Amino acid sequence: MTKNWVFLSLVFLLMNCSSKEEEIYTPVAYNLEIPSLFAQKLIAPIIPSNNLLTQEGVALGKKLFFEKLLSADGTQSCATCHNPQNAFSDRNQFSKGIDGNQGFRNAMPLFNLAWNFDELFNWDGSEFSLENQAFEPVRNPIEMHETWKNVAEKLQNHPQYPTLFKKAFETSTIDSVLITKAIAQFERTLISGNSKFDRFLRGETSLTPEEENGFNVFMDEARGDCFHCHGSNNNPLWTDNLFHNNGLDKTFTDLGLGAKTGDPKDNGKFKSPSIRNLAFTAPYMHDGRFATLEEVINHYSEGLQFSPTIDPLMKKVSQGGVQLSAKDKAALKAFLLSLSDVEFINNLAFKNP
Amino acid sequence: MKPIYVLVLLTFLFNSCEKKDCFVDFDPVTVTVKFTHNWDGTPINQNDFDNFKFTTENGELISIELLRYVVSNVTIGQINKKYQLINVGENTGTEIVLNQVPQGNNFVKFRFGFADVDNLDGVYQDLNSSSFNVPMMMGGGYHYMQFDGKYKDINNQNANFNYHTIRAVNMSNPMNLILEDTSFEVEIGAFEFSKNTTIEIKMNVAEWFKNPNLWDLKVLNTVLMPNFNAQKMMNENGKNVFSLGKI
Repeated sequence: MTKNWVFLSLVFLLMNCSSKEEEIYTPVAYNLEIPSLFAQKLIAPIIPSNNLLTQEGVALGKKLFFEKLLSADGTQSCATCHNPQNAFSDRNQFSKGIDGNQGFRNAMPLFNLAWNFDELFNWDGSEFSLENQAFEPVRNPIEMHETWKNVAEKLQNHPQYPTLFKKAFETSTIDSVLITKAIAQFERTLISGNSKFDRFLRGETSLTPEEENGFNVFMDEARGDCFHCHGSNNNPLWTDNLFHNNGLDKTFTDLGLGAKTGDPKDNGKFKSPSIRNLAFTAPYMHDGRFATLEEVINHYSEGLQFSPTIDPLMKKVSQGGVQLSAKDKAALKAFLLSLSDVEFINNLAFKNP
Repeated sequence: MKPIYVLVLLTFLFNSCEKKDCFVDFDPVTVTVKFTHNWDGTPINQNDFDNFKFTTENGELISIELLRYVVSNVTIGQINKKYQLINVGENTGTEIVLNQVPQGNNFVKFRFGFADVDNLDGVYQDLNSSSFNVPMMMGGGYHYMQFDGKYKDINNQNANFNYHTIRAVNMSNPMNLILEDTSFEVEIGAFEFSKNTTIEIKMNVAEWFKNPNLWDLKVLNTVLMPNFNAQKMMNENGKNVFSLGKI
């Protein structure tokens, strides 16, 4: 009898220890690897105080980013439309959801998102914060067409996820808030800062004469004048992350920012995308209307359409644009391609685990 | 009077009054320099943007779509703020708070844009992050002001203007740029500060097009950054833009 009591007491103590060990598990802080040019030139990235990066949170977010259980029929994950090989964008003009329905905008590439200082995401700025943005595709009927309640249940019944959430967030109870927090943590680690042009700025390589001329076209107010919206050697994001009407249409079928704000003065305005990684992110523009970089450059050179909200930075609209020479166009393209970060798209840390 | 009585009297005086009422209160004060914007006296706020509602001295009807500028060396006596970006459309940066301003007479001044000594390429992270840079081919450093909008051209059609002020640059020889500092200091004057105070600095936006150079947007509208003479004219007009408002 005494032996039994001793045994039971030991079992109780061991169980108690085990549960305490779980309770006190603390996630390990994740140190974002900030490229030297970013650290030198830019203000600090945005990391919300209620969702600090942890190694466990980032790892969980990565697994969730590639998790097809997030869709109703288990066929699509975030990565389906945000393919790492395409700098986390979609080569299709419009992505197809699980029911075969197409969207009406091109999937935006995903990188350097923590430096989107205003935290307005999507082409039309419709979502504030990465965490909020991650809510939308799951419940969108033309995308993953699922409910968050179902997703939480599926993950809760999964053999691995409850433990992973416990490690990342100190609770094994899974809900949509924690799922989107984890995805946002992973997305903030998607940093692209090692293109040829970055290496040139760091003094590690040189540009070809054509690339150099292309950079000059980009920076010349009398020629390309791209730098006012698309960054520069001093803004290595290569975007202002703001919303502009860049003269695509005379009338709008998609109001863009105007649909979000309800203000007609915002009609036809869309976020300036970064011009990093253009080699991987075709087709271009919010609606993926241009298949090639040549088409994009021709648009700014000769194809501008006037509309009441066209950005004042669009020059010579009455002549269709800035009228670049064939040589300048080719050079501009060469420079743009020098911003391709092959290391980024092949980074195993960002690939399907 | 015997010295001992003087001492007793002084001790009594020092101890008998509240600190705030006494002449011994020399605590520094906080001064807020508040920038406001108007068109010949009509206030300009965010709601006025993107509408054709202002007419230049030359008779062009314009809309304002972006108006942001840097002021530097905002100085009250010995207290100084190095620089600040003011974005009128977003209503950010319009108030500059200077703490620890000594009581008494202090001179108030600031600089529109950056003096050459401070106009260093790529060194201000917040301005880089706001894409306020000037390309190195034009001398580098930063814009002083980006003022974008539309005007009605001779056919009454909308046309764009980019009234961007930078350090003037003559690019006729790209290998040997000729630069001229076209920032300018604005002296507001000396003021007696005895308590926390707000000083209003008014920018009359219409003055950029008025005096001494009557601005014709049909001629000078875009690609003004590499236009040396245009920058000189902007500098001259800018000197009439700022004035003291309410205190």
